[in-house]
Amino acid sequence: MTIASTYEVALAMIVLGLAAWIITAQKSFAAAGGFVAYGLLLPLVWVRLGGIDVALAEAAIGGGLSGVLLLGAAARLGTTETAVVAERPGVLVRLLASVLSAFIALSLAAVVLLLPDPGPTLAPAAVENSAATGLGNPVTNVLMAFRAMDTLLEKVVLLLALIGIWSLVPDRFWGGRPGMRHEADPRGVLAFLARLLPPLGIVIGLYVLWVGADHPGGAFQGGTILAAMWLLVMMAGLMDAPPISRRWLRLTLIAGPGIFLVVGLGGLWLGNAFLAYPSAYAKPLIVAIELAMTLTVAATLGLLMAGVPERRA
Amino acid sequence: MISHPVSISDAVTGGSFLLVLSIVLPIAGALLAFIAGGRRSEWIVLGTMPFGLGVAIAIAIAMQKSASPLVYFLGGWLPPLGIALRADGPSVVMVAITAVVICTIGVFARTEFCTPAGSVEARQPFAFWILLSAVWAALNTVFLGGDLFTLYVAMELLTFAAVPLVCLDGRAATLQAALRYLLFALLGSVLYLVGTALLYGTYGTLDIVLLSHRVHAGSATLVAASLMTVGLLAKTALFPLHLWLPPAHAGAPAPASAVLSGLVVKGSFFIVVRLWFNVMPSLPGPTAAQLLAGLGAAAIIFGSVLALRQERLKLLIAYSTLAQIGYLFLMFPLAFDLTEGRLQSGGALTAGILQAISHATAKAAMFLVAGLIYTAVGHDRISGLAGVARALPLGVFAFALGGVALVGVPPSGASLAKELLLQSVAETHQWWWAVVIQMGGIFTSGYLLLVLAHALVPADRRVAPRAPVSRTQEAAAFALALCSLLLGLVPWEPFLSVPVGISSNPLALGTLSKALWPILVGAVLAILLGRWGGRTVQMPLRKSLLIVVDPIRRRTLAFSKIIELVDDILQRWTAATVSLLLVVILLGAAMLLG
Amino acid sequence: MNAAVVFGLCGAIAIGLGLYGLITNPQPLRKILAFNLLGSGAFLFFGVVARRGAAVGLGGDPVPQALVITGIVVAFAATALAVALLLRLFEMTGAATIRADTRSSPADDPEA
Repeated sequence: MTIASTYEVALAMIVLGLAAWIITAQKSFAAAGGFVAYGLLLPLVWVRLGGIDVALAEAAIGGGLSGVLLLGAAARLGTTETAVVAERPGVLVRLLASVLSAFIALSLAAVVLLLPDPGPTLAPAAVENSAATGLGNPVTNVLMAFRAMDTLLEKVVLLLALIGIWSLVPDRFWGGRPGMRHEADPRGVLAFLARLLPPLGIVIGLYVLWVGADHPGGAFQGGTILAAMWLLVMMAGLMDAPPISRRWLRLTLIAGPGIFLVVGLGGLWLGNAFLAYPSAYAKPLIVAIELAMTLTVAATLGLLMAGVPERRA
Repeated sequence: MISHPVSISDAVTGGSFLLVLSIVLPIAGALLAFIAGGRRSEWIVLGTMPFGLGVAIAIAIAMQKSASPLVYFLGGWLPPLGIALRADGPSVVMVAITAVVICTIGVFARTEFCTPAGSVEARQPFAFWILLSAVWAALNTVFLGGDLFTLYVAMELLTFAAVPLVCLDGRAATLQAALRYLLFALLGSVLYLVGTALLYGTYGTLDIVLLSHRVHAGSATLVAASLMTVGLLAKTALFPLHLWLPPAHAGAPAPASAVLSGLVVKGSFFIVVRLWFNVMPSLPGPTAAQLLAGLGAAAIIFGSVLALRQERLKLLIAYSTLAQIGYLFLMFPLAFDLTEGRLQSGGALTAGILQAISHATAKAAMFLVAGLIYTAVGHDRISGLAGVARALPLGVFAFALGGVALVGVPPSGASLAKELLLQSVAETHQWWWAVVIQMGGIFTSGYLLLVLAHALVPADRRVAPRAPVSRTQEAAAFALALCSLLLGLVPWEPFLSVPVGISSNPLALGTLSKALWPILVGAVLAILLGRWGGRTVQMPLRKSLLIVVDPIRRRTLAFSKIIELVDDILQRWTAATVSLLLVVILLGAAMLLG
Repeated sequence: MNAAVVFGLCGAIAIGLGLYGLITNPQPLRKILAFNLLGSGAFLFFGVVARRGAAVGLGGDPVPQALVITGIVVAFAATALAVALLLRLFEMTGAATIRADTRSSPADDPEA
């Protein structure tokens, strides 16, 4: 076994160990902590699989944002633990469930091992057609050009999730600010980091967006970094969450899908189909859309984390 | 089965751009409504409705003229690299019915979800109109999408728009129902996603047409097919994966229940049809098809018996949705052609689609009327419905029409579907499904008559509506019910294949009498299983009738107790999820047996 | 024993663990965690497929990788919605469970 495969096997064992911990840990807070670790080790797996863009997205969204969300929820729900544990199914049911899950896992493992290697691939087609957009990153090409419809729909899905969360607010708080007002010691570590990191984070986020055209990166990854900086500032109490009825907030939230839609419709006249780019302006248009998307993703992800409005405006 | 044309210029032929418009219009409506806010969000979404309806009709006309499916390549990219939108007969029919039902619900919901005077923006109306528009966009994408991953994103959009509709009124019980719905739906989506990964790994594409050319039997394809099918069944709430549906659909506000029961469950059902009939018609053998229909038959029995035992109207209608969903899956073994060893897109498929659209319109009408009844008398207890027919004559008539259309009285769509199914039964010699089909009609008439019997009894005092009931709302419900009743008269030939020999005169005396006997048997069932109390047993004649019926009634009630017990078990999360895994394994084994 | 094989097995086991957790853990938050585990296992399958599609100088087939990025964002949105529902339920009732009380239904009189 080479060093590389030893490393991969060791990584896989640690990741699976964390996965088992997530499922079997006694307290939810411990399980959520394990999930953060899991979400931060998975990107290493993705690097070995050759998907750097995915590794960035997984680290930012999967490990970072999801982890924080679930940790926060576990902390708030700590008092309900004992009551719900009583509902745990009996030994026989758990045995049945583990047998069935193991069977399905084994069949999936067998099937995945039997998949053709090297498998059918669209990489040559993607590289051939990359001249149409002028971008060097093939994943960005797929997201923004070849399968642009999926990306547009996914933007709408994000917005819908946010509207769903807002619809949970009690009527009297409609239009108010999400979450509770955070307070932090103005001379503590959190406030210090919240003053130090955001300028760096904004630069890094915009850089990741910009460089995503030709190298790993892109709108989602950059937008998540921006959202994280915004959340840091809100959590340290340096800035308050905006009321959800503000017009500028809503404009930012629909900027991404809105501009994408407008450019897509424009493609009918200037290009030759909906979501086609005129070959002369393809790169500037895509960068413009990505910029709008980054702002929208940043705002949406930040608000998804902030949660349900709990105060008046 | 068409193959993709070689040149891009075919991508933008005449009518095919309408496919894009039907998806883009509701999305634009939702985005504009979000940014406009307040009262304007309602106007914007209502404003897009006539255009959406127009586009749906234009698509139907365009497809009829071209006599072949419409195809549009998004971005000008050909599959397998790009994504195609594709409108064949069943898609066009579903898009049209979706437009009709959503527009009618929009008209109905104007009264209930209008921003109250004096406030700039209110939570419920704002959320409702945007969620409705999103449901419409998602459904159109499901019906027209030509790529399995696009269908996945569309399904997620549908779920995220449907879940908040369930808990729109903000009560704790509906919040819990919404959370169960979301978690179970997410389990379904993930299983579907695993399947798509395996399919891409084997064939290198997720485009439906290209897959249909490349698919062959193999272990990966088999595992993928079972996982994807069961994931979709979980989202469609087919027995035994139905734990989330009754509380969710019964707890939502009336227009939301109408959308959820009528349209949202049809989305995942349509993807199952796409998967089995278009992507891999020869892969699942006859055994797997029989298994699916077996689950459907169980759904019919469970849903109908539980519906008859309900005390509340909305729960009765929700359980009847369970039964009707089961009915939709009866077409799979009947569409299987044993000589060719594949599913044929023939009469049985037409029956399934027709049943889906008849149910969509009729069930939406029934839920809307239930909402009106609640507004009028302040509750929806079936035993307390006396006098409602006086207060809401048109509404109760609409409910009756919708129920009658579902039972299968000509010229309704359901009766045409039933005829097509029975013809397939005769051709394939699977007589046991004929029994199930007839039972479905009998049960439906059973719970319909139960509700009507309670509603038509005159009350002691004249029932004064607690809040004024808008005639527009009653008219909207009536329009939907009438639509369901007349669906059998529409010429389906250009869109769905209707085999020759189907009776051309649906109003002939012979066909009418054939349809009426299930109603009589259904009346008997209602007497035996329904909860009767209060006013309905006053007269001495009825009392003596009940003495005669009592021993039979006790035995049938014992049978229904068993069904209620099994359902209680399946309502628990552990039992439902364990049965989900069992169904995956059983389906995989059935496909292996061939 | 290349990367694809190792992480394919990893993904399959993650899916099995996620399924077990989703079925047996009564706390809704643990179910959401299990769902995330399931999702990451499914994405690993796409990653294996992408790795096996490496060609023309690329490290992997870009199409499955793009699908995974879309999937990660959708999964996060789902998690956020589920957690918001759960926290709101907890706020209103003081309990966090999806077990319905026997025979009391959400269609109960809202006036009560």
